[in-house]
Amino acid sequence: MSETLSNVFDAGAARRRCLTYRRRILDISQQVGALHIAPAFSCTEIVDVVYNGLMRWDGEDTPDVILMSKGHGCMIQYVILEEKGILLREDLDLYCKPGGRLGAHPDYGVPGISASTGSLGHGMGLATGMAYGERLQDRDGQIYLVLSDGECQEGSTWEGAMMAGNLALENLIAFVDLNDFSGLERMSEGHPAFHPVIDKFLSFGWEGVEVNGHSADEIHEAVMNREGGKPLVVVSKTVKGKGVSYMEHVPIWHYRAPSPEEYKQACDELVEISA
Amino acid sequence: MRNKFADVFYDLGKDDPKLCIVVADISPAGSIAKFRTDFPDRFVNTGVAEQIMIGMCAGLAQRGMRPFAYTIATFTLYRPFEFVRDDLCYQNLPVTIVGIGGGVTYSTLGGTHHAQEDIAIATALPNMSVIAPCDPSEAETVTRWCATQTRGPVYLRLGKAGEPDLTLDAAEPWEFGKLRYLTKGDDVCILSYGPIMKKAFEVAERYRAAGQSVSLISAASVKPFDDEGAVAGLKRHKKMVVIEETAPVGSLGLKIKALAYEAGATCDVSSFCLQDEFMHHYGNHDELLAAHGLETGAIATALGLD
Repeated sequence: MSETLSNVFDAGAARRRCLTYRRRILDISQQVGALHIAPAFSCTEIVDVVYNGLMRWDGEDTPDVILMSKGHGCMIQYVILEEKGILLREDLDLYCKPGGRLGAHPDYGVPGISASTGSLGHGMGLATGMAYGERLQDRDGQIYLVLSDGECQEGSTWEGAMMAGNLALENLIAFVDLNDFSGLERMSEGHPAFHPVIDKFLSFGWEGVEVNGHSADEIHEAVMNREGGKPLVVVSKTVKGKGVSYMEHVPIWHYRAPSPEEYKQACDELVEISA
Repeated sequence: MRNKFADVFYDLGKDDPKLCIVVADISPAGSIAKFRTDFPDRFVNTGVAEQIMIGMCAGLAQRGMRPFAYTIATFTLYRPFEFVRDDLCYQNLPVTIVGIGGGVTYSTLGGTHHAQEDIAIATALPNMSVIAPCDPSEAETVTRWCATQTRGPVYLRLGKAGEPDLTLDAAEPWEFGKLRYLTKGDDVCILSYGPIMKKAFEVAERYRAAGQSVSLISAASVKPFDDEGAVAGLKRHKKMVVIEETAPVGSLGLKIKALAYEAGATCDVSSFCLQDEFMHHYGNHDELLAAHGLETGAIATALGLD
């Protein structure tokens, strides 16, 4: 087992990886009519840190789990799994096409995919069960859960959060991709009582920290510096569509694929991203 | 039946560290209470939170455990329906959902506690197996099967407590996916499942008193259903009677009639089930069933057995 869990995290390498991942997603956007670019761009750094800074890897095997509860963000998982050789280039070429096995939401049974999501509010329950299953079997698998802020409106998320707190599931680490957009509107405008979200987790017995969700080293440090003994939530402030100016904070990019001209502009912009 | 389930679960769980039970604020009966005391880590109470009960079971199964979800039938399927569908069925995980009090067993608690559509809802789900034993003895056999199977999710529909043993002298053992002949006759075939089987026995007695030779079948394996066995039964007998404690939509009665039509069987088929309505009635279980028309005398009359 190669233990990659350490305090050493190369922030520069993470920035370079995240640029590559975003460009790869943009490439795929030219193959299909619709895909979830902006939701993937908002959690790119979070997912990168989990795969490349937190999960322990032995070749393609890991005792840990990443569960993409915001299933619509799975493009970032696909491109990372491709990089790791767990998914093949042909898989991504056939994304959302007949004969392919990758859809716009992740599907359990596909290599590297830990749960079928897409319907929001399921991840917290699944992850709570997984984390408790590790404890029951005396294993130390870490369950990394990526939540959207919108799905924190689902009651089931809080049923799970309360139970994870009850069970003091230290091996459950949740990231809230706080991009402030649900499908219809800005969360902060439509549901101001949603904020501050971290307090709600804290009141259910979690440890919590707020970070800049586009700063990979800040995310990594938050996990490394945890006190422990409780489930951890990393409330990560993000920008939906991060990295492409015309996508940032613009709801239509939840689904839309860019035209060839828009694609070119996006590629031109994706040479450097500030956290 | 509930107590037999609990005894068997304890018996299996004490030797199998993968077995665990997740309940949603239901007081554990009989041996489940003992399981909680002896193996507290493998007894989880999510509180009044059925979505997480199902979700946790899925996650536990995905990490190698063999979980049972356990509460009143309505709350195992209706409240957390999409979690049953997506987490268990879509992902095809070997989790057993134990629904206590299927049908109108909770006869004094009102419509919120009547699982009268549970068979239709559970059988509609791809990958879901549905098993409804008719007595404690059959409940024991199917519980042992549930605890070791790797096929996928199961809805195990149980009664409550106090059901008589009906199958101790059965002609055939229970087998998953097969109809089970409890007695074999030549003229009339009565097919039933679940605790209402006792009425099937009573109707069978009426037929015998009228000089008919009667087969009694337990269709505890509601899904997958033994289509082939049912067609053979339709061809073997002159008359088939289906008695079941479920709503008409999605009932086995309709399925048997469809099978008879497709097979070109000439067998006459009569079916009896709950009404397609919410009954604002209270009383004991038999009284609720009678309100739905499921009373032995009424069934016998409808079958011309008076």
